[in-house]
Amino acid sequence: MPLRVAAPNVSPILVVDQAKPVVAAKRRSRTGYILLFPGMTWLAIFFAIPFITLFMTSLQQPVPGKIGKYQAGFELSNYANAMAEYWPQFLRSFIYAGIATLLALVIAFPLAYFIAMKGGRWRPLLLVLVIAPSFASFLLRTYAWRTILSDEGPITSFFNALHLLPDDRILNTGIAVVAGLTYNFLPFMILPLYAAIEKIDPRLIEASSDLYASATTTFRKVTWPLSLPGVVAGTLLTFIPAAGDYINAELLGSTKDRMIGNVIQTNFIEFRDYPTASALSFVLMAVILVLVFTYIRRAGTEELV
Amino acid sequence: MRFIRRNLLAVVAILVLIYLFIPIAVVAILSFNKPSGKFNISWTQFSTDAWTNLCGVPGVCSSFVTSIQIGIIATIVATALGTMIAFALVRYRFRGRSTTNLLIFLPMATPEVVLGSSLLALFLNLRFPLGQWTVVIAHIMFIISFVVVTVKARLQGLDPRLEEAARDLYANPRSTFRYVTLPLVAPGIAGAALLGFSLSFDDFIISYFNAGTLVTFPIFIWGAAQRGIPVQVNALATLVFVIALLIVLGSQVVNYRRRRKLVST
Repeated sequence: MPLRVAAPNVSPILVVDQAKPVVAAKRRSRTGYILLFPGMTWLAIFFAIPFITLFMTSLQQPVPGKIGKYQAGFELSNYANAMAEYWPQFLRSFIYAGIATLLALVIAFPLAYFIAMKGGRWRPLLLVLVIAPSFASFLLRTYAWRTILSDEGPITSFFNALHLLPDDRILNTGIAVVAGLTYNFLPFMILPLYAAIEKIDPRLIEASSDLYASATTTFRKVTWPLSLPGVVAGTLLTFIPAAGDYINAELLGSTKDRMIGNVIQTNFIEFRDYPTASALSFVLMAVILVLVFTYIRRAGTEELV
Repeated sequence: MRFIRRNLLAVVAILVLIYLFIPIAVVAILSFNKPSGKFNISWTQFSTDAWTNLCGVPGVCSSFVTSIQIGIIATIVATALGTMIAFALVRYRFRGRSTTNLLIFLPMATPEVVLGSSLLALFLNLRFPLGQWTVVIAHIMFIISFVVVTVKARLQGLDPRLEEAARDLYANPRSTFRYVTLPLVAPGIAGAALLGFSLSFDDFIISYFNAGTLVTFPIFIWGAAQRGIPVQVNALATLVFVIALLIVLGSQVVNYRRRRKLVST
């Protein structure tokens, strides 16, 4: 961040605000609506309306005598039955996603901090390296963890030598699923963290150490509070896809490690039990919307997009 | 002491970067493998068979081409729609701004399994036949938001004084847009299109829900995972990774040179 000369009575926080680019005055004309119309219509038809059909499907009842056929109904019991049968997978999804999010935060923070504060002119290149893994197939990268975590592999042997593994293996256990989730959604943690840390004025950190704060105190009282917007965004962007994911559970776990995504997928596509699958999908979305709206109340919608 | 701490941070950062690339190294190394069984999981013997015969296994190349076709159509439509929305958000006042922002943000905050299943519920209720077009529709839906965010960032970073200068020099709105605005926003639009294509090309969950019997490249890999993924898949994925990386690095170099030129003149 280039140093700017500030008027002596202006606080450093205000200087950051002043640095915002000059913004063109917004016009009010019909063109705005014309530009919005096609894209927003697409999102309304294929994103918003499907939630209504999903809700309707979740209340359908079976057609008597015809297996796999459903008709309109108001079977709220679909929700009770679905939750009674699949609450363990629901709980497991949130636990796995929660652990993976915390691990991702711990792994991502040093890299994000390094790129933002010490990256210098290498910053664009380092950011490309963070995104680059996404260019290789998600499924194949996940599958590659079968090789890395295999029973004869060095990682499993290392942890076994320390007697740290309850099942003497990593593959086909919950540990492998959490490891896969942590890896796969790491860039979603790094990028928002980077964006937040990059906005921190390095002089604030210098000031803290000039005033004899220890490195730990500086981190706790200055760096961490100022990176909180990135932490909130990063944890949401990691937790949400991780909670709904079923690729990691399917490729790296055993049948005992299935998550709610696996249940929704099998009920929808294989069992064709549309009401149950829709009910589960709807509950998952509801839980996540609660999370998102809690965040929006903190940050405001304009900040998010 | 301070010196050591600074280097500790660098070491940890580099280790995390290496961690990000370990699975890709595995995928690339196994593309030169000659697996003993049907599962290409552990190293057996060096071979370039997969690379010299990329389409040697039925279904690999046809699914690859299907994914490219879907990616191109979805990217073109989503980039056009998303760019228009980004212009409206940055340049125009309109009613319902917060609803608009929410409708753009939510698809990015919705788990793919919910996006895929709710769209499938819509298609099932309408008795719309599943196939290439339902996958294209789904991809456009989830890519639009990412395009909006990318192009919007570029537009907000634009210095409005450049356009004012064009107007002051008697350029009409059309030529201001054609010769000033568009060239300045173009890198953002290109970046959005690249992002959109890579999201579409790699998408599995949403596609699987809405594909019916259509087989895209990720759906082929998913099916093959149960009975052994052909080595050719590793080779093709490595190829895609290298090409994408070259495109992005190339554009970085061009950007860097252009900026230096601007500074020196």
